[in-house]
Amino acid sequence: MSRWIHRYSAGERSNHWAVAISFVLAALSGIALFHPAFFFLSHLFGGGTWDRILHPYIGVFLALVFILLALRFWRRNVIRPRDREWMRHMGDELHNRDERMPETGKYNGGQKVLFWTVVMLIPILLLTGIVIWRPWFAPAFPLVVLRIAVLIHAVVAWLMILAIIVHVYAALWVKGSVRAMTRGTVSPAWAKHHHRAWYRELTGK
Amino acid sequence: MALQSLDIKARSATTTPSPHVRIEGAIPVAKLIDISKCIGCKACQVACMEWNDLRDEVGTNVGVYDNPRDLTDQSWTVMRFSEVEVEQGRLEWLIRKDGCMHCADPGCLKACPSPGAIVQYSNGIVDFHEENCIGCGYCITGCPFNIPRISKKDNKAYKCTLCSDRVGVGLEPACVKTCPTGAIVFGSKIDMIHHAEGRIADLKERGYSNAGLYDPQGVGGTHVMYVLQHGDKPELYANLPKDPSISPLVSLWKGITKPLMNFGIGLAVFAGFFHFVTVGPKLVPDEEADADDPPPPADPSRAYDPARPLSTRSDHE
Ligand code: HEM
Ligand code: SF4
Ligand code: SF4
Repeated sequence: MSRWIHRYSAGERSNHWAVAISFVLAALSGIALFHPAFFFLSHLFGGGTWDRILHPYIGVFLALVFILLALRFWRRNVIRPRDREWMRHMGDELHNRDERMPETGKYNGGQKVLFWTVVMLIPILLLTGIVIWRPWFAPAFPLVVLRIAVLIHAVVAWLMILAIIVHVYAALWVKGSVRAMTRGTVSPAWAKHHHRAWYRELTGK
Repeated sequence: MALQSLDIKARSATTTPSPHVRIEGAIPVAKLIDISKCIGCKACQVACMEWNDLRDEVGTNVGVYDNPRDLTDQSWTVMRFSEVEVEQGRLEWLIRKDGCMHCADPGCLKACPSPGAIVQYSNGIVDFHEENCIGCGYCITGCPFNIPRISKKDNKAYKCTLCSDRVGVGLEPACVKTCPTGAIVFGSKIDMIHHAEGRIADLKERGYSNAGLYDPQGVGGTHVMYVLQHGDKPELYANLPKDPSISPLVSLWKGITKPLMNFGIGLAVFAGFFHFVTVGPKLVPDEEADADDPPPPADPSRAYDPARPLSTRSDHE
């Protein structure tokens, strides 16, 4: 008899959603200061001043829970030759020509690249964010350092937001993926179709 | 505080027109500080404290005349004393009244993310409206003259207002009114430039061949100007920048990059949406689903047994 395939434990799922929720809050409160078009988002946090106060704390919380997540997931995300091959077939993947895609393990090349992108970007956001954090740390840095830090923070935040848009879209686009992070399980057919090598590893089939 | 009788030329973090109904607008004003006439009495510092009702902490003497040592949320102007020998053996005491320059192209306003926390009146005065300030300190990052200061008391940014509240009702700034030597004068910017020309001619006659007006064009000119004895060497005056402009880092941060980045985010969202409606979702083909494994039971909560998960939880592929 068929059973759902276990993909994420309750701990992994909670960790993922702690990251996801704090990321959305950090991004909304940050982007409120990024451009006047988004300043209205500061009202979600109680106004501009609260937005400015809360954003860095949300960011630090995000960085902490993300470190835990990265420690849980990094080994499964080591990039292998077959992932490079997968990346070369990105066009096929995007056009749903799945029969042309190489086999993948628990994560495909795209997922792994996204993982390592975020692993690189979050520490940069953390470091530059601490530098420009008022009233606590910013007064300790020379103006030129503040200027560089705020510029990097804005650009890296932008890259992060783009990366997460891709991530969220991929989850919605590939039907059957979301329940992996809500219930922890996927259908055997999903596992076999999208992550052939992982499916074989689990089932021997 | 709002000054409803003054038109506004620019308002921080605002993409719609600022209020400016008056036909003539206002005449650009300027404060001219003639360093060659300043005796360093600090009456202007006191007048500034008095008019604006500010009291800095009493500091300690650190062996120089500068007191307080730096601008603060309570000291919007300070006299900076420099002892220099431009010519060997001829000591000169250059005393510069430091404070906001009221730039025509203000870096503080460009950097500020909070709508209406910084405004520039059509007469050229750049004013902070603290009730809209969120305390982020971006104005400090943006200012080429290192002027704004955030208060430890309320986390709002403060600096010289050029006495906008006095100017708005036809008075001169408090420092101008009080200066006993007439080193600070105030009027229309054109008049102040004329006045400076007279002073510069006088200084040149007296041997200061490089005397000049400090009205740096890199920030579009300023509404606080200096007459410098050594117009070619502004750095002598406590590191007054020679050719200040908004840092290219700040222009990059707050310039065209932001709209481009907004566009990029919008594009990513639209690309996703149109990808979905054109290519469609990625589904597991039916035949594949049925081949080896029958479809999972309809009610997974009963079928799935967490005690016997299929995954090996191995960390290696
Ligand atoms: C990791 C820890 C983080 C820290 C310590 C941090 C800190 C800060 C600080 C201090 C500011 C200046 C405004 C303020 O004082 O609130 C800021 C601005 C900003 N943050 Fe963060 N942040 C972090 C993470 C993030 C994340 C994850 C994002 C979202 C992708 C983000 C997006 C932004 C944006 C867009 C701005 C505005 C930049 C601009 O004005 O150009 N930050 N951050
Ligand atoms: S000197 Fe600094 S604070 Fe004053 S107007 Fe210029 S940029 Fe703004
Ligand atoms: S500290 Fe206040 S005035 Fe300065 S940039 Fe931030 S909101 Fe604007």
